Amino acid sequence: MTEEQEMVSIDKKELVGAVAELRASGYRLVQIGCTTRADNYEMNYSFDREYRFKNLRFSVKNDEEVPSISYIYWNAFLYENEIHDLFGIPIANIVIDYRGTLYRTRIPSPFKLTEKPAEQKESGGQPS
Amino acid sequence: MARINAIPFGPQHPVLVEPIHFDLVTEDETVVDAIPIIGYVHRGLEKLVEKKDFIEYTYVAERICGICGYMHGFGYCHTIEQVMGIEVPERAQYLRTIWAELSRINSHLLWLGVAADAMGFESLFMHSFRIREHILNMIEATAGGRMIFGCVKIGGVRRDVPSEELRNIVARLGELEPQIREITEVFLKDYSVEHRLRGVGVISKEEAYQLGMVGPMLRASGVALDTRKIGYGVYKELTFEPVVETAGDCYARCKVRVREIFESIDLVRQAVEKTPEGPIEVKVKGTPNGEFFGRIEQPRGEVIYYVKGNGSKFLERFRVRVPTFANLPGMIKMLKGAQIADVPTLIVTIDPCISCTER
Repeated sequence: MTEEQEMVSIDKKELVGAVAELRASGYRLVQIGCTTRADNYEMNYSFDREYRFKNLRFSVKNDEEVPSISYIYWNAFLYENEIHDLFGIPIANIVIDYRGTLYRTRIPSPFKLTEKPAEQKESGGQPS
Repeated sequence: MARINAIPFGPQHPVLVEPIHFDLVTEDETVVDAIPIIGYVHRGLEKLVEKKDFIEYTYVAERICGICGYMHGFGYCHTIEQVMGIEVPERAQYLRTIWAELSRINSHLLWLGVAADAMGFESLFMHSFRIREHILNMIEATAGGRMIFGCVKIGGVRRDVPSEELRNIVARLGELEPQIREITEVFLKDYSVEHRLRGVGVISKEEAYQLGMVGPMLRASGVALDTRKIGYGVYKELTFEPVVETAGDCYARCKVRVREIFESIDLVRQAVEKTPEGPIEVKVKGTPNGEFFGRIEQPRGEVIYYVKGNGSKFLERFRVRVPTFANLPGMIKMLKGAQIADVPTLIVTIDPCISCTER
């Protein structure tokens, strides 16, 4: 591997404190991402300091609220609006909340967790 | 008493090559707030990993953007290779790096032309595009494509380039270098350009870092951060330092890009000199099972690729965080307090890529 990456699993309740600590230690926010899993979402908050990559992660259920970190890292508001618009995850207290108007997709929240059709569940595969 | 207005800027505007919209709230001539709206050309390419297997997706990745398409292909393959533990042959790594730097020169010359055109500098626009054409010819001669190179694959590259052709590239870049120097000096020393760009849209070093800005935007504010320093490709074998300016204004951003053109020419020279003989690809066995955050330096800055595989041929998740998306908060910050007449030049000097943002 070209670089070591530190992956840290946290509880949702620890997010704000952990992020505030990273900010105080001089990390910059690299990205916030979300992955739809079988029955929940995986949130990834990535940071970097002098090319050292650190990632915080936790899981959230469908429609479970996530606290915003935009009052610690102002630029987080854009990632949080993106996650809200594409995944339908409610994020509380975003400093600039577009309320679903940042992305105007034809299908609302296209990555939102939905019940899979029965045949896909059985095969366990992806639609082709 | 100041009059408050809301002025729509975009999605069609002479300085915008691609559609993005800003609602500019102004107080007389001063912008007090800027609200971006994106999604005019959102293509849902991240969602497409559910339909295309991880090998096929290389073609999709290259089509995320028309300018840095090669970089997306390169970054995607690099990330998959990290997940699968694939050792790419050295010659392929060198070829990838050479194409990456040619792609950077292409992008920066395109930006120079667009910036010149936005300021009414028509002749400079023509000269910039004339020189860029030579770079595109080099890319076509070696990769086969001009905009979509189509030469990178998981495990290596699709095409080898004869050593003689590589030396030809260095010779032709040597001929172009004084021409590029001439037009960039005209641009940077022009009274009107300096007058319109110096002291405009200033972002301090601290702000640029905390706002998560990347690429020339970040380096123009004095932060020496360049993802190539991580050492992907063969950058660890090449000698270079991040190009840094300290003023943090629009002029500094232009200067960083101009200096980066010459740095890229030097990197191509170094890479060609060191390119070894040998195979250009390894056979890919198995499917990705694991995850990795790939990072490379595109012409517009750091780009992040997140790949998560579950052992099947379809990825569980593919995410791209492009440089323009990372620079948007900085752009909003910059627009607040700017004069309405400066907005077009502010946006041009960011070199926004909406195609990437709307992946």
